[in-house]
Amino acid sequence: MPRIAAALALALAASTAAAWAAEPGPARQAELLHLLKQDCGSCHGLTMKGGLGPALVPERLAERTDETLVEAIVDGRPGTAMPPWRFAVTPEEAAWLVRTLREGLP
Amino acid sequence: MISRAVAFLIGLALLLPSPAVEAADVLVVERASGAVQIVDAERKTQRARIEGLGDLSHATAVFTPDGSYAFVFGRDGGLSKIDLARGALVGRVIQGGNSIGGVLAKGGKVVAVANYVPGGVKLFDASTLVELAEIPAVWGPNGERSKVVGLMPAPGDRLVFSLWEAGEIWILDIADPRKPAVTRFKDAGSFPYDGNITPDGRHYIAGLFGEDGLALLDLEHPEQGVRRILDGYGRGEAPLPVYKMPHLGGWGVIGDLLLLPAIGRHEVLLVDRRGWREAGRVAVQGQPVFVVARPGRSEVWVNFAHPANDVVEVIDVASRRVVRRLVPGKAVMHIEFTPDGKEAWVSARDSGAIVVYDADTGEPRARLAAESPSGVFMVSRGLKVGS
Ligand code: HEC
Repeated sequence: MPRIAAALALALAASTAAAWAAEPGPARQAELLHLLKQDCGSCHGLTMKGGLGPALVPERLAERTDETLVEAIVDGRPGTAMPPWRFAVTPEEAAWLVRTLREGLP
Repeated sequence: MISRAVAFLIGLALLLPSPAVEAADVLVVERASGAVQIVDAERKTQRARIEGLGDLSHATAVFTPDGSYAFVFGRDGGLSKIDLARGALVGRVIQGGNSIGGVLAKGGKVVAVANYVPGGVKLFDASTLVELAEIPAVWGPNGERSKVVGLMPAPGDRLVFSLWEAGEIWILDIADPRKPAVTRFKDAGSFPYDGNITPDGRHYIAGLFGEDGLALLDLEHPEQGVRRILDGYGRGEAPLPVYKMPHLGGWGVIGDLLLLPAIGRHEVLLVDRRGWREAGRVAVQGQPVFVVARPGRSEVWVNFAHPANDVVEVIDVASRRVVRRLVPGKAVMHIEFTPDGKEAWVSARDSGAIVVYDADTGEPRARLAAESPSGVFMVSRGLKVGS
């Protein structure tokens, strides 16, 4: 069992590392930005300044790790209104969204 | 108390003068471009387009009873006043940091705004947009403020609203809008996400995100407190994720039946107002957002949350079945009927269109271009109670 766990952890670490390196292609980036502004925007605000969900602006996100934020996007936050987006966004794409949010939306 | 409600209705009836020409207009919110269009409902052509209204995601509009002015509430706390006949912006204040909507009260003299940040309600003079009062939604032990949702005008110069984090419902007496008085109802329910009032002005209902049930307040007998109705409608099953909060504004009221979106379930709930019990449910294809009654018919039209949001389903209330499915375009945001129920105006945000349907046949009659349209509001709404 421990061996499997270790192998799993390794695989996970590798996939996370890959996640940070990967960039979605330009067409997919446009789709993700659209999703972010429009559909995430229904709770976080069109300009990410907050709504029912908290503001996703660089100053606020600076207090959080990438892992926390990617996990929130992909798996949601059970017991809160933040739903899981795994069906629409891969962990790699969520990582790209987090990078985009950290830079601030244009 | 009954007389209060009656006086409210009579007051409203008196405000129905010769219908102004503008009452046949439709206001369309272009959410991403900070603009609204005023569309001639008859000709289906744009009469005016007004820009510079800020962040209009989740924007709503209300109209004065005579149909002369619109007030548009932006997400960024902007409150804009529009002269409908001239198609011009005549007043604008940034009244808060993050707002969710507002209503007109006191026969159109007072504008009330519900704010997320700073959490609370603000009252304004409708003619000057001068602030009359602020009611902070303070609830926590350390003075935390709650986001306010479901703000509605009620008979007897009152406003009713719900507090998202606090799980409370408040009644605000605005007989003197400069000195409003609050009555708090604690433990109303977990995370109320929106509220609405029955057309007779008597009952306020808040939808709850945090539990399977709805909160009911009898405004003629507020001393009885908040009651839970449809408790456990989810039958203990784990709720499905909700990709967009449903709305109770414009809910379906047909005779004694109220039709509401279930939360975390792909169902529309029917509630019998005579005993506040469940009268059935209708399975639909996604998480319902708006459930809108067609005037004069036993029919509701439903739109949906992401990702199944390119569809409108029509429910025949008598048979409790989906009888028609329409595909207006991508990301259907809102449905609004003409007062005679003959046409449905539907916004499809990602298709950049407003599609006007012949409500009898389900055939599109017209298609109007708009930039990311969201809310579609008939100016005649100003004449309705609790819509
Ligand atoms: C139905 C409403 C809703 C939608 C839609 C929504 N969110 Fe959220 N989101 C929330 C809420 C509420 C929270 C706060 C959860 C909590 O209390 O921890 C949150 C939290 C988050 C967080 C964590 C923030 C932090 O400070 O820890 C991130 C990141 C996030 N959302 C991103 C997104 C993205 C990206 C999307 C679209 C793909 C999205 N959200 C769509 C409601 C929503």
